[in-house]
Formats: sequence, C-alpha cells, structure tokens
Amino acid sequence: MHLNSKLLDSIEMLEHILGGITNIFTAKNLLLVVAGTVSGMVVGAMPGLTAVMAVALLVPFTYTMDPTSGLVTLGAVYMGCIYGGAFSAILINTPGTPSSIGTTFDGYPMARKGKGEEAIITATIASAFGGIVGVIALIFLSPLLAEVALKFGPAEYFWVGVFGLTIVSSLVTGSFLKGITGAAFGVLISTIGIAPIGGDVRFTFGIPSLQGGVELIVALIGLFCIPEILKMVYNDVKTQEVLGYNKEKGVMWKTLKYVLSRPGNLIRSSIIGTVVGILPGAGGNIANLVAYNEARRASKEPEKFGTGIPDGIVATESANNAVVGGGMIPLVTLGIPGAPPDAIIYGVLMLQGLRPGPELFSERADITFTFMISLGVAAIVMVPVGIYGGRLLTRVVSIVPTRFLVPGIGIFTIIGSYAIRNNFTDVFLMILFGIIGFALRYLGYHPAPIVLGLILGPIMENGLVQTYLIGQKYSVPWLALVVDPLSWILIALCIFSFMWPYFGYLKRFIKLSSTNR
Amino acid sequence: MKTKVLRILPFLLMVIAVLVIPPGVQAGDYPSKPLTYIVCFNPGGESDLTARIQEKALEKYYGHDVIITYKIGGGGAIGWSELVRSKPDGYTIAGDNLPHIILQPLMRKNAGYNTLDLKQIYIFESTPDILVVHKDSQFKTLQDFIKYAKEHPGVVTVGGSGSNTANHLGTILLEKAAGIKLTYIPFSGSGTAVPALLGKHVTALMTYSTMAVRYKDKFRPLAIASEKRMEVLPDVPTFKELGYNVVEGAYRGVAAPPGTPDHIVNYLADVFDKVMHDPEVIKKMNENGFKIEYMKPAEATAFVKQKMKQYKALLEEMGLIKK
Repeated sequence: MHLNSKLLDSIEMLEHILGGITNIFTAKNLLLVVAGTVSGMVVGAMPGLTAVMAVALLVPFTYTMDPTSGLVTLGAVYMGCIYGGAFSAILINTPGTPSSIGTTFDGYPMARKGKGEEAIITATIASAFGGIVGVIALIFLSPLLAEVALKFGPAEYFWVGVFGLTIVSSLVTGSFLKGITGAAFGVLISTIGIAPIGGDVRFTFGIPSLQGGVELIVALIGLFCIPEILKMVYNDVKTQEVLGYNKEKGVMWKTLKYVLSRPGNLIRSSIIGTVVGILPGAGGNIANLVAYNEARRASKEPEKFGTGIPDGIVATESANNAVVGGGMIPLVTLGIPGAPPDAIIYGVLMLQGLRPGPELFSERADITFTFMISLGVAAIVMVPVGIYGGRLLTRVVSIVPTRFLVPGIGIFTIIGSYAIRNNFTDVFLMILFGIIGFALRYLGYHPAPIVLGLILGPIMENGLVQTYLIGQKYSVPWLALVVDPLSWILIALCIFSFMWPYFGYLKRFIKLSSTNR
Repeated sequence: MKTKVLRILPFLLMVIAVLVIPPGVQAGDYPSKPLTYIVCFNPGGESDLTARIQEKALEKYYGHDVIITYKIGGGGAIGWSELVRSKPDGYTIAGDNLPHIILQPLMRKNAGYNTLDLKQIYIFESTPDILVVHKDSQFKTLQDFIKYAKEHPGVVTVGGSGSNTANHLGTILLEKAAGIKLTYIPFSGSGTAVPALLGKHVTALMTYSTMAVRYKDKFRPLAIASEKRMEVLPDVPTFKELGYNVVEGAYRGVAAPPGTPDHIVNYLADVFDKVMHDPEVIKKMNENGFKIEYMKPAEATAFVKQKMKQYKALLEEMGLIKK
C-alpha cells in the first residue's frame, strides 16, 4: 500500500516534469529563457550591478506576462547574472557580483598568462554544472532539505559565521596574521550603521547617510576594482604590458576534458553551493569562498591554488550557480527566501496569487515545474553563449587600449556603486575603499578577507546577540550557544577547519621523524 | 604632457557626463513628467509589495509613468533623509512608515530628517501586530500563553522585526497589559523572523498581519493588536476583546518633500484615493493581509501628530528617552 502510493507519487512527479519540459520548449518561453540568460550575463559581468538589482528591475515587465513566463524570465536572469560575474572576475580582477569573489583568485592569474579564454570556458562549464545540480536538488529533494534549513537557529548561524572566518587562512597564501587582520577590519566595518539589535547608531560620525552601513558591493568595487585600475594605468605607462590573448586551437575540448576529468571538485562544490543556498541569509557570496577553500583542502597540490589553475574557478563557479537552485528550496516549500534575489521572486509569486508551500507542487505544479526546469535550461543556455561571448570579451579586453579600458571600467565603478542604493555617499565610500585597497595591496593584504569579514560580521553579530537573549532562561545565558547538537557539529567543523593547516605540519613531522629513524 | 591630458580626457568627460545629470525641463501643468516613487525597504518586504500592487493603477490615474526606485538602509532613514532634500516639485515621493518616522528622530541623535518634514500625502494601509505561535505549540489561546509566561518570567521568547519598531512596542505593550515578562528577540525584518518560529527557535512572533496570512497553515495566531477583527482573519480575536489594551501596528503611506505646494499634494492624494478604491488593488491588498486605510493629507498629518504624542509619552514612561 505504502509502496503503491509512493509509486503513484513518482509517476505523478514524472508527469509534472515532462509537462514542465513541454511548457519550456515553446517558442515563447524558450526565447524568454535565452533572452533572460543573456541579459543576466551582461548585467552580472558589470561590477556593481548585482543579481538582486537585475531581478528587481525586471519585475514590472513581468506584470504583463502570464505567471509562467514572468517567473521563467526572472529565473533565467538570476542564473545568467550569477554566471556573468565570472567574466569581470577573470578579465579585470573584479568580481562582477559578490558570488564571484573567489573566481578572481585563479581566474585573473590565468588571464594574465594569456589563458583568459580557457578560464572563461572553465567557468562556463562549472557554472552550468553547478546550476543543474542545484536545480536537481530543487526538483527532487525540496521538502527534505527545507527541514534542514529550519534546524539552523541563531546559535547555529553564529557558528556558521565563525566557520566562515576559519577559511581566511586558506584564502590568502602567505601571512595568516595579515588574513585575520583583514577579516577583523571587515567585521569592524560591518558594525557601521544602525545596530541590528538595540537599534543604536554606531560609527556614523554624525553623517545621516551612514545609518545604512557599508554596502558590500561598495566595498567590493573599491577594494578590488580601483587598485586594479590604478595598476593598469601604472603598467601601461611603465611597461606597456597588456592582458595577453593567445589564440589556441581546440582550447574548448581541452578545457572540457580537463574539467570533467576531475568530477570530485565539481560535485563537492555544487553540493556546497546547494546547501549554503538553502540557509536563509547565506548566499553565493559565502558559498563560492567555502567551495574554494574545500577544493584547495582536498587538492593534491594546494600550493598551486592562487597561481592560476582551473580547479579554483571550477570550485567557485559551480558553487555559486548551485546556490540559485538551492536558494529556491526554502522558498517554494516554506515561503522563506534562501538568498536576496529569491525575496523578489517571492514577491512576484505573491502578486501572481501563488502561495509557496505544498500546493505549489500539487495544484500549481504546471507553473512550478516549468519554472524549476527553466532554471536548468538557463544553465545549459549559458554554455554556448558563454563560450562565444567569452572569446569575444577576452579579445576585446586585450585589444582595447588602456586609455579607453580604464575610463570605461572607471565609469562602471561609479555607476555600480551609485546604483546599488541610489546614494552618492556610496560613490565616495567606494573611492575611499579604493584608496584603502590600493594601500593595503602594497602592504601585502589581500582584499578577500576584508570582504569576508564584512559579509560574516552581521551574521555573527545577529546570531550571537539573539542567542544570548534566548539564553536568558539559563543561569548562564551564553550556554545557549552550545546546547544544541547541531551547534556541536558546527563547532567541531570550526575547530577542524582552523587546525587544518597544522595537520600538514604534523604529517610532515611524522614523516620526517620516521625517515630519520 | 599633452599625451597625459589626452589620456585623462575621455575619463573626465565620462565622469562629468555621469555626474551632471541634466535637470528636468520645467513645465507649467502638473503632472507632465514621470513620478518617482521611492521605496525605503528591501524588495519583497511589505512596503515594496504595497508599491508593486499599486504600480499599475497608479500609472493609470497619474497619467504618466511611475518609476519605483529603492533607497534602502537605516530602517528607512536613508530614503527619508534623501526625500526631505529632494526638489519639492511633486515628482519625487517616498513610501513612509509609522512608527518608524516618529521613533527614529526621537531615538537617534541625527536621523537625517524630522518627522514633520515629511509632507504626508496619503496613508493607505496598515498591518496590525499579531501574536502567532507554531502550529505544534502547546499554547492554544492567549490565556495559555500568558499563564505560562506568568509562571516562567523571561523564559518565553518573542521574535519580531527590529528594535524600537511596531513589533517591539507591541510586545512591550502586551507585557505591560498582562503583567508578564517576555524576552523580545529582534530580527532584521519581518521575513527573517519567520524561519526562527518555523524552526521553533523562538516561542512566538509578534509580527504583522501579512505574515499571519502568508503562513496561515504553519502559524497559529493567538490575538491581533487591532481595534476590530480583520476580515481575512475572522477567527483571530483582538487583544482588546480578551481584555488587554494592546493596539499597535505599522501604517504605511506616501510623503512628499517639505515645501511641496498644497495643490500638488492634494492632486496626488486624489490619485492615491482612486488607486486605493481600484477593485484589483483592493483585492490584492486584502489577499495579502493588508488593512486598507483612506487618510487624506489633513487627516494623515493629524494622525501622525497624534501618534507622535502617544509614542513620546510611551517612550518616556519606559525610560527609553529623557523627558
């Protein structure tokens, strides 16, 4: 009996999936997916223009469409946007969206070596793969995984934040001390503005527009892009060095073979992306860095990470696109947006009269399954568009003289930092961060830990203070941080992750002492 | 030297082009240009949802395009401090929320605006506070909840959106009215508090009516902080019915920069009046758990002034601000 109903369920599901596929492969919807993916890629490639913004801008256009077409378009834009961030990360060392921060680590060095096209193809394959893994999880595992997301309370979020900080040591090769200093600086910046708990005004220096705090994008553009522009100018004047472009025959097949010959990295990173996506409040910005860290940890040649190897790009790009599907899981099952763009898609669902929850999978299955499958189709569409677009873009960046490229990028830094909140203060802050970033780079500090601190600061602060408040019922309120078994697992992960670099020493020490004998 | 100048020139020109946005052409008759409608909160939140529901009807009755833009941060303060510095020509308005526009200038040294700087055009909806628990919760009624809280002071946790907000004040009012001690846990927005209750990390939420409607198959509402029961939630008693004088919630409307001519404010108020009487808008507002209000400029301003007095007295009593 039980088996029978299960069988019936799976037959029904198969029907829905097939129905969704037929819906997608109509001329109109397919066109919308392609158009959405391409425009998403363009927006994503521009530093400062994020997926949230692209999706929000598109919302009014979806009013005139039927629910299916509207959702399909938004989903495609979101998917394309997250992928598009890789272009600028690889070609100008500036993540196009916060989800591609880690792509700069290896992508840009590859481009510097004249392997820009290879890097972009790697990113393309990884993004498509990750995107599809996320969608598969969304279609088949949604109810199951959504329950997992709910297990994460304030205490767990605090530990997730701490875990995030433990990866600082591997983000930057070289000084651990500099990494942790940068992260602490980032956390400090994150405290600017209105305190999330208590509502106190902190570090605004009497400037009302600082009440909103420092927007991640603003710091991102300032810290990554401005120093890069200055360096480009410097190099142009001094050495006439430009980004190389070597035309290479068969680069596509070579890259495809290389990426697919290492499925472990692809699969691991995609799973990380899906899981991080499910957690409300954590998105691609965290997923890509965690995946990079884990790829490096698992690698046989971790010292090569950061010098320009495809494995680093595979990790970050498959993880961030897996977040797209993963983030939809709590949205469609519980009505909780997993990542910021999902919140907007939620608004559209509400306006169209679609209530997230089980009925989305039963009564409204035609729309829901079409939407979910369209995300997968968008991921596939990225491949041809990305490969040809990537070749073109690499060539353009390498041909265009610095005196045009630099002001061009410069304009985007201004537009991007202004557009994020339509606020001029952000433009000045961006320039300020640019100066800081330039100075820090010369002192040997990498911008990534600062950005990581800025992302994780609020997560940790909220988690810590909320847990403390919840803990009022204990004689020692801090106990609430460690009472839950899930917290224990996370604490163990933190310790493991923090101690990892020292395991290497231990191993070497044991080897050394055994050979000495 | 010359080459250097040439190198910088394109950059400078583009910077100038971006920074110097040509000022709009002044026309005699209002309205002759698109209306910019600033939303001061995240896309997907209550303010955004309201604006999006209104958008189509607003364009119809206003007669020109309506551009919805976001100026987010500081619990709305960023958007409002920018609004009061905008040109008072009637082409820039912003959604504004009570109690935010009253509490922020009261509690912060420099919120960037004063409450009465915001020229009220229309207050069009409210979302009363509502106390909800998880469907599986041991508390079936408000009485159960209060009885338990009396026996276990400080143990019952109530999540809500932010500090010094309608949710926070609603919780404080309930504590006062029932003589209990609760622990209020602020979350960054009404949406982020939801998973905490679904995952049972807090005992209850003091949230907005919209959330109770949205998650009606997962939450059990105990009581609503409105004067009368809401149509979409007919089975939910008010606190007042149950003997606790707790009436609190958020009101949302639109405001113009100070100095906007009265005839323009009245014109826009008429437009919003028509929008809020549009059947499609009414339907969607009700479905989503909003309570529609119809307060025109004079009434809205009087309402804001009355609330200012009330909140000031409450905050003084609680010792949150000095007398």
